[in-house]
Amino acid sequence: MKTVIDEYIRKEMFPNMWCPGCGNGIVLGAIIRAIDDLSWDKDEIVAVSGIGCSSRITEYVDFCTMNTTHGRALPFATGIKMANPDLKVIVVMGDGDCSAIGGNHFIHAARRNIDLTAIIINNMIYGMTGGQYSPLTPTGKFGSTAPYGNIDQSFDLVELAIAAGASYVARGTVYNVRQLISLIKKALDKKGFSVVEIISDCPVSYGRMNKMKSPVDMLKWIKDITVSKKIWEGLSPGEKKEKYAVGEFLNKDRPDYTELYEEIIKKAQERGVNK
Amino acid sequence: MNNLEKKKNIKLLQGNEACAEGALLAGVKFFAGYPITPSSEIAENMARKLPKIGGKFIQMEDEIASMAAVIGASIAGLKSLTATSGPGMCLKQENLGFAIINEIPCVVVNAQRGGPSTGLPTKPSQGDMMQARWGTHGDHPIIALAPSTVHEILTLTIKAFNFSEKYRIPVILLLDEVIAHMREKVEIPALEDIEVINRKKPTVLPEKYLPFKPDEDGVPPMANFGEGYRYHITGLIHNYKGLPTSNSQEIDAFIRRLHNKIQKNIKDIIIYEKYSLDDAKIALIAYGSVARAAERAVKLAREEGLKVGLLKLLTIWPFCFEEVNRLAQQVDLIIVPEMNLGQMVLEVERAAQGKCRVVPYNRVDGELINPIEILGKIGEEIKQ
Repeated sequence: MKTVIDEYIRKEMFPNMWCPGCGNGIVLGAIIRAIDDLSWDKDEIVAVSGIGCSSRITEYVDFCTMNTTHGRALPFATGIKMANPDLKVIVVMGDGDCSAIGGNHFIHAARRNIDLTAIIINNMIYGMTGGQYSPLTPTGKFGSTAPYGNIDQSFDLVELAIAAGASYVARGTVYNVRQLISLIKKALDKKGFSVVEIISDCPVSYGRMNKMKSPVDMLKWIKDITVSKKIWEGLSPGEKKEKYAVGEFLNKDRPDYTELYEEIIKKAQERGVNK
Repeated sequence: MNNLEKKKNIKLLQGNEACAEGALLAGVKFFAGYPITPSSEIAENMARKLPKIGGKFIQMEDEIASMAAVIGASIAGLKSLTATSGPGMCLKQENLGFAIINEIPCVVVNAQRGGPSTGLPTKPSQGDMMQARWGTHGDHPIIALAPSTVHEILTLTIKAFNFSEKYRIPVILLLDEVIAHMREKVEIPALEDIEVINRKKPTVLPEKYLPFKPDEDGVPPMANFGEGYRYHITGLIHNYKGLPTSNSQEIDAFIRRLHNKIQKNIKDIIIYEKYSLDDAKIALIAYGSVARAAERAVKLAREEGLKVGLLKLLTIWPFCFEEVNRLAQQVDLIIVPEMNLGQMVLEVERAAQGKCRVVPYNRVDGELINPIEILGKIGEEIKQ
């Protein structure tokens, strides 16, 4: 049976390279369904990724795709969007990719409010390299480079994106796929810098080192640690530390960078060629 | 109106301004950069002039991001430029490699200052010659050009864009603080008098397009993103379709083709100029601002009756191996003055193959090499 997914994938690249139970496939499906709901023309879509398991997503979708260098997907996408603002540019990153090596690019893309959609698959670990802790690994959890437990305080990407100036910020999970599709769709449709953080699972690296070896264990865990934004707001500070709020956190209108640059072009041209 | 009657467009320009003028003539439409002396005037000129022609300028958060944005804009169809100096050039290396493996045309200016690290802001140096060749990791080809006058900055910037578009490769333009900041008379050519090369586009329909299948010249036609050709670009070694490969035959063919597309066109790419070399027994080989002093030293030596000539390198990489080899058979001595402790002299020695004596002359104190010093070095070597 042909599904909506078949319309958007590069079949020759399957089976994919992800481990059984990995959340990346769920995210891939959700992105495709969101795009299909929006009826976007495949020729107008550019998908850009960095490095890591999640970034291999760009190999599987039949758009103009680019698997760039570690952490740098956003500046590559910035160049593409500036050069051709008509293109719809989606950026897929992992948690280490986006918040560690690419952290500076992330806050500056948000600051500029350039019309890109950043999708961050947060499995709280460096999966591809073997389970090292990332800036989004919760304090106290284990990684191959945190054999005695992680002492780092983790970033809250949602708060970071809001503080840095994004237009749309949401958090979803691979457990609640219907909500995820709807959040991605709104982010894609939003003019300006939009961010969707997706809590995902890595049973092979994160799960193995944190007593959740099976994908089912991990999905149950994701269900347990996430609550709606409304419920989260009523929690005590201690309870909040153990939970992730899920839903839409920001949806505001601010001029997109490429629109502002069009104004610069007008101003420069009014002044004439030689001034 | 014939060419003789045409009014010449002569301007007094700073080196960095001439670079911006050359880029505009070549068709630049995008610049991404980060402030650093002695290259900042290129960014400032681009910020002012690009929007006037509908182009785009963006100041990025760092040099890594600038290089990435330049590549992104080029893939989306705009001729793209970035400019920096040593510390920034170090940061650009990562994505420079991405541009090389994906054959993305772009031009990167390095206005050299003394290093390593923060080094000598802002005094001239030629310390980044080998970085230009091998700065980014892995086996890779590169094209690097080094002008020695402000006028040459303009003409070689145009060349840099043309090479990058023709051969689908990033081209490095190596300035040094002296020529980047000095002002000289420049004759700005009319657009109709210059050659402007644009990337080859695919001639097949999108479903037949293989983005990394080379034509006979070794260069694959390039579809820009958004033109209806959907394909993948990756920093992984890839097959004709642009998809990652672990097939050893495909890997080998890919890496060799990247090199060969440059190697088999070296006659087109290698540019040099000869001064008084016909009867020379001593040759100077120089580039960048040092070539100016070397040219003067040749005149002074000739006045003293010494048979000295100059080979001025304009293309640094690929290196003009054959010409230097031929020269080594003609002369008794080659002197290579450089503002480093001997970088290009290593290539000269390799090319000379022991057929004549090769002697370096170096300065690393942040001061220019002047003609009298070179003349002194010639005298000293003759005595030996």
